[in-house]
Amino acid sequence: MIQIENLHKKFGALEVLRGIDLAVNKGEVLSIIGASGSGKSTLLYCINGLEPISEGRVLVDGVDVHARGTDLNRLRQRLGMVFQQWNSFPHLTVLENVALAPRIVRGLPRAKAEEVARRQLEHVGLGDKLAQYPAALSGGQQQRLAIARALAMEPEYMLFDEATSALDPELVGEVLDTMRMLAAEGMTMICVTHEMGFAREVSDRVAFFHQGRIEEIGRPEEMFGKPRSPKLKRFLAKVL
Amino acid sequence: MNSNFHWRPVLRALPDLIQAAFVTLEVAALSMLIGVVLGLALAMARDFTAPAAAPARWLAVAWVALARNTPALFQLYFFGFGLGAWGINMSPLAIVLAGLSFNNAGYLAETFRGGFRAVPAAQMRAALSLGMTRMQAMTRIVVPQVLRAVWHPLTNQMVWAVLMSSLGMLVGLHELAGETQAQASRTFRIFEYFAVAAVIYYVVVKLLVLGARLMAWRLFRGWSPA
Repeated sequence: MIQIENLHKKFGALEVLRGIDLAVNKGEVLSIIGASGSGKSTLLYCINGLEPISEGRVLVDGVDVHARGTDLNRLRQRLGMVFQQWNSFPHLTVLENVALAPRIVRGLPRAKAEEVARRQLEHVGLGDKLAQYPAALSGGQQQRLAIARALAMEPEYMLFDEATSALDPELVGEVLDTMRMLAAEGMTMICVTHEMGFAREVSDRVAFFHQGRIEEIGRPEEMFGKPRSPKLKRFLAKVL
Repeated sequence: MNSNFHWRPVLRALPDLIQAAFVTLEVAALSMLIGVVLGLALAMARDFTAPAAAPARWLAVAWVALARNTPALFQLYFFGFGLGAWGINMSPLAIVLAGLSFNNAGYLAETFRGGFRAVPAAQMRAALSLGMTRMQAMTRIVVPQVLRAVWHPLTNQMVWAVLMSSLGMLVGLHELAGETQAQASRTFRIFEYFAVAAVIYYVVVKLLVLGARLMAWRLFRGWSPA
């Protein structure tokens, strides 16, 4: 379970997160929607400790992420992250991209790490690209590679930071399909997304961020069917 | 005065010249090795922001400025005659090594700084997000990409080090230029000796560049920068 309590995050004078309280249960899929600059991505970076926080607490399975002495490297193994700009490692083959962390972080022997990597790559439909370098892949394939890379660490949670925003429109579908598959398998997911169709269809809950606060949160039918907050209504009118 | 060229004495001395070429290579390679290590350190020191690290930062800034903006010959003379005036006497080999390493480090510091900037910060974040330590992310993910970015400037600097080592002649080191000078002044066949030495320099440099290309092909084929 991920618990966020009164989370504030400032960049200098700019307060990007202004008191977030949120709990995400095991097996749940939470989508976070909202305008650019509303703090959605920053929240994900605060959850896995890539960004320090200004106030509040983030607990992952009871471990305080930002407490002094927390082993972030160990904690991050429980939290897979997929970035907007996929960030595949250009100097490694597809197989090595996925096998590297299991080998040097989890300490698996090379053969075992490659077996794990191969399984995850087949899982996301890249089983025929193992020896290629990322440069030879499309954006959609690189994003699926990034998903396989995160999954190979066998995380408890997956954080998706606008995983489809940087993709050409015709490539969005294959990545969303992969994310749907993960949700169906019971993976706990927090997805920052601009894909309202995905948020509506796949999520257990949807949170609407507005200026660093959760303006409204609820089941997707309620959020999209009968939104209460005027700000959410305006947002939906613009994006739908 | 006889203006005909006489090549025979040069050809007889060829084994000596080739032996001296190995001294040249040795000096260049060693000064590069030291230059790479020091250059990396300087590159990092220049980007230190902690107030306590200010002396290191200033040392790095001064080093880079001096190495890049004064003649390499003066740098060599500093280690030879400058330190000599304070009673620190070094062998010709040590003087050339010190001078070239100083010069290489100054240039390479800037090269490395550019190289680190060429790797997107997101690569480090992605590596950390997988649970890698900063050290692992650096050595496994960032440095290989930096190496690619600096490969050509590094090759250039190596070529430059080979050619600059000819300054050794002026402090009494018998590398290729020094040996050529010594032999030429014995026989007065100045042009012939230096023409042959120039060919040897040319071949050495061409071979180095070819070797660097082959290595680059071996190391970097198939992938392109992020």
